[in-house]
Amino acid sequence: MSTSVSSSSAGSRAATVDSSDAPLLQVNDLQVEFRTRDGVAKAVNGVTYSVAAGETLAVLGESGSGKSVTAQAIMGILDSPPGHITGGEILFKGSDLLKMGAEERRKVRGAQMAMIFQDALSSLNPVHTVGAQLGEMYRVHRGSSRQEAKAKAVELMDRVRIPAAKERVNDYPHQFSGGMRQRIMIAMALALEPDLIIADEPTTALDVTVQAQVMDLLAELQAEYHMGLILITHDLGVVADVADKIAVMYAGRIVETAPVHQLYARPAHPYTRGLLDSIPRLDQKGQELYAIKGLPPNLLHIPAGCAFNPRCPRAQEICRQEIPRLFQVAGDDGTELAGRGSACFFWKETLHGE
Amino acid sequence: MASNGASALGAAVPEEVAFAQPVPQGEPILQVRDLVKHFPLTKGVVFRKQVGAVKAVDGVSFDLVQGETLGIVGESGCGKSTLAKVLMNLEPATSGSVRYKGEEISKLSGAALKAVRRNIQMVFQDPYTSLNPRMTVGDIIGEPYEIHPEVAPKGERRRAVQDLLDVVGLNPEYINRYPHQFSGGQRQRIGIARGLALKPEIIICDEPVSALDVSVQAQVINLLDQLQKDFNLSYMFIAHDLSIVRHISDRVGVMYLGKMVEIGTDLEIYDHATHPYTQALLSAVPVPDPTARETRDRVVLEGDVPSPANPPSGCRFRTRCWKAQEICSVEVPELTVRPGLKLLAAHDSACHFAEEREVEGTAQERQRGPEET
Repeated sequence: MSTSVSSSSAGSRAATVDSSDAPLLQVNDLQVEFRTRDGVAKAVNGVTYSVAAGETLAVLGESGSGKSVTAQAIMGILDSPPGHITGGEILFKGSDLLKMGAEERRKVRGAQMAMIFQDALSSLNPVHTVGAQLGEMYRVHRGSSRQEAKAKAVELMDRVRIPAAKERVNDYPHQFSGGMRQRIMIAMALALEPDLIIADEPTTALDVTVQAQVMDLLAELQAEYHMGLILITHDLGVVADVADKIAVMYAGRIVETAPVHQLYARPAHPYTRGLLDSIPRLDQKGQELYAIKGLPPNLLHIPAGCAFNPRCPRAQEICRQEIPRLFQVAGDDGTELAGRGSACFFWKETLHGE
Repeated sequence: MASNGASALGAAVPEEVAFAQPVPQGEPILQVRDLVKHFPLTKGVVFRKQVGAVKAVDGVSFDLVQGETLGIVGESGCGKSTLAKVLMNLEPATSGSVRYKGEEISKLSGAALKAVRRNIQMVFQDPYTSLNPRMTVGDIIGEPYEIHPEVAPKGERRRAVQDLLDVVGLNPEYINRYPHQFSGGQRQRIGIARGLALKPEIIICDEPVSALDVSVQAQVINLLDQLQKDFNLSYMFIAHDLSIVRHISDRVGVMYLGKMVEIGTDLEIYDHATHPYTQALLSAVPVPDPTARETRDRVVLEGDVPSPANPPSGCRFRTRCWKAQEICSVEVPELTVRPGLKLLAAHDSACHFAEEREVEGTAQERQRGPEET
């Protein structure tokens, strides 16, 4: 696995970040498997990516691509058993999280890195008030008193712009609308001003107009606190709006990494290309949509060679035998494109659209 | 990319071409007038007293023409799924009329209702919960024949089911398998095959692809498109994904809080929207093109959708609308063409101040695909 590809990239917004420093988070060759009754499902097979402070990395992939499992491994909330981390390292501010003890990790989790989940209704505890749940962060990590914690909770709710925060702090999650609940989730993640936020499909359960509000809020807070953000999603539209760089995952591997503009303009992996081509477009109305044939693979039986080969229009003999590593992608004149990698033997042809 | 020059071409579709678009003409197969569905809110156990009503659908009118696809878009809670259920007569309408080929069906029951239902079928959103896990695929797709035995005699049913599997792109040998042996996309194909079994004229698709993976969505959309051509079906396509609705629909209706706020051809709605809600909705859709990031002109609406149990007076959108005036809280705006609007802007819109929004980067711009740099 190449490690240099993703670490040196700098997106448009990340240009303001001093990229000379080590990245905030560096995941190296992470491997996760689930040992089930039916066999071993290899959910993550050597994932490498990095996020710098103030940078937004979007992890794009379909269900079962391992994008959420990677995030759970980083947070240390992987259900084990059946999940097991079998290799790799997760460097957060230079120290390996996987070598830390449970108590040490607990101090990192919540205080220095936090997660926003997809479904706010099932992630919030229905029998506690939102004030108590927000305040818990301060009580557990900072040892605040009940009163202090509640005051802090009101402050947080104000910050994510929940109207009448003072009156609503004693309400229960079901009394809030979907968008408001997601704001509370964001408030909870922000409570201790972490350096890294992992947002797992934060707006998938929301309506379009509310989705726009929540994404705006998240971007604003990220800029204010100069946090690193890992945005996990399958929505190509959301990614185009907020990401600095993108990692595309398929069957537990990263198949392409690129700065956002380059990925959309010139994808270097047939899977990425297929995803972009299957977006309905104005000039194709009335015609058949481009569709990637076949189905995502079963993780218990990942195809030999490149996992995408049974669905790939470009597949050759080599694709069925050898697993492609993440190749450095170079431009037309042969210069290496910073931050671009493609796990395809035919990245050059794909890039040139041949 | 494949779109090279084509996307630029798409953006420059001249208006005359828009008129030449084949909007299906002909008999409306389904006529809906002032359809209302209120769910009562009651209080008390013994003496149940009605204290209010959730106005899920509150006076919706439209026509569905033979062979066309009518897209219905709107946010959750706007009543689009309730509308589908009332049309199918799965929920009795509170008032209003639904006419299928001129025949009033909202008051039918018994055998007469059964006969009409044969012609209106439904494809559901979640292929994981809409198929009975204890039934084989053959039983699921063949079940409609148990209810309507006149469509396929007993001896021919297995054959008919296998034909259907073939039509939706599944291996006919899978007839004895169970739903759990299929992926999401394949299950949705089974759901579609079941919908086709009785050779209906209208299929109501309630969010048929939103539970599917991105790469599989396109496959199912293509299948629906193909089936429409092959069997001359009329679709009512309910979804919240605006780009997919645009791709498949001839006409689009936009719903907000139980009301149809705007309806027209896809070009009229997407490129010449006159209702502020439609404009906000379209502008909020994330565009899969990072170059549009800086230039996009977005209307971010304040707040949430109000409760349908207690909708605002007058225009229901006024609480979130930037154009709201005195009149909006008093008078319910009619769904009609307002005078003074020209060409494609002249379509039904329920706003007192209906007008096109003048912005750079119009809907056409936003719908453009990613371009070569």
